[in-house]
Amino acid sequence: MIQLIVNGQPQRFPVSPAETGTRDTDAAALNVTQLLEHMGLQGKRIAIERNGEIVPRSKFDQPILADGDQLEIVVAVGGG
Amino acid sequence: MDNLIIAGKAYSSRLLVGTGKYKDFDETHAAVGASGAEIITVAIRRTNLGQNPDEPNLLDVLPPSRYTLLPNTAGCYTVDDAVRTLRLARELLDGHTLVKLEVLGDPKTLYPNMVETLKAAEILIKEGFHVMVYTSDDPIAARQLEEIGCVAVMPLASLIGSGMGILNPWNLQIIIENANVPVIVDAGVGTASDAAIAMELGCDGVLMNTAIAAARNPVLMASAMKKAVEAGREAYLAGRMAKKLYNASPSSPVDGTIAGSLQQKDRDKS
Repeated sequence: MIQLIVNGQPQRFPVSPAETGTRDTDAAALNVTQLLEHMGLQGKRIAIERNGEIVPRSKFDQPILADGDQLEIVVAVGGG
Repeated sequence: MDNLIIAGKAYSSRLLVGTGKYKDFDETHAAVGASGAEIITVAIRRTNLGQNPDEPNLLDVLPPSRYTLLPNTAGCYTVDDAVRTLRLARELLDGHTLVKLEVLGDPKTLYPNMVETLKAAEILIKEGFHVMVYTSDDPIAARQLEEIGCVAVMPLASLIGSGMGILNPWNLQIIIENANVPVIVDAGVGTASDAAIAMELGCDGVLMNTAIAAARNPVLMASAMKKAVEAGREAYLAGRMAKKLYNASPSSPVDGTIAGSLQQKDRDKS
């Protein structure tokens, strides 16, 4: 499991066995696609910032998420 | 065609509308449709973590293929928050660069912080954004925002969501006379006549949200605003008559009236 701060709330996410098998637990990483699946957000129009930097869609399948990362996941809503 | 040109793109509607405060997406859709607006603002917010995943998305109701979406920085009080919000918006909207910047200075009045607004605008413009900027009605601030490369300056007519109308037409006029980019009144319009007055002053457009969304019948008000903006624009282009404070001027011919003819006859008899 790794802990991520998602939209200001600490959340724990499992890391797939394939990942943990090849890394020690501290370095265990998750990719954004997996994270979005855990959250039920796959296929939704969202944008993600990780530790203050935009995560482009091209990086969604790279195991970039690490324990303690601060994520913002946003959508467009009604506004003036 | 009398188009509104922003960042090189032509729009036939000079009414820009927000999408907040509606009862539901159906009402949003109907009101935006009735307004005839082509540019519509949206806010960028965190996903609700407990959200029903099947909940409809605003972008499904108002698709970017049909409308020019204008993501805003509503609720941002710092340069950093505003810049990060718009970077997220650009990512969310597939590289879309036209944005509405507002950096607020006070939660009670939502008055813009112009020092922070200028700093944020500079950063965003360097990063390739086309910035339409919410500003106080200070002509100097408006000029500075234009000088650093904002594609439209958007002075308030009165406070956001107040519906108080055009409180300082003189300042707006100074801004309009000096500007070389579109001037769009953003905030404060309460009813159709306010929108018409803004356009008669020579504004290039009007942006509003609450005036439509908080009307008793938002869809009907959206239609009224469309007509008011068109009427105000035509009146501006037509050029109003001069005001004459003391001299009335009849609209009908002065000669050939029958007035006084009987008195004339009486005078002839005597």
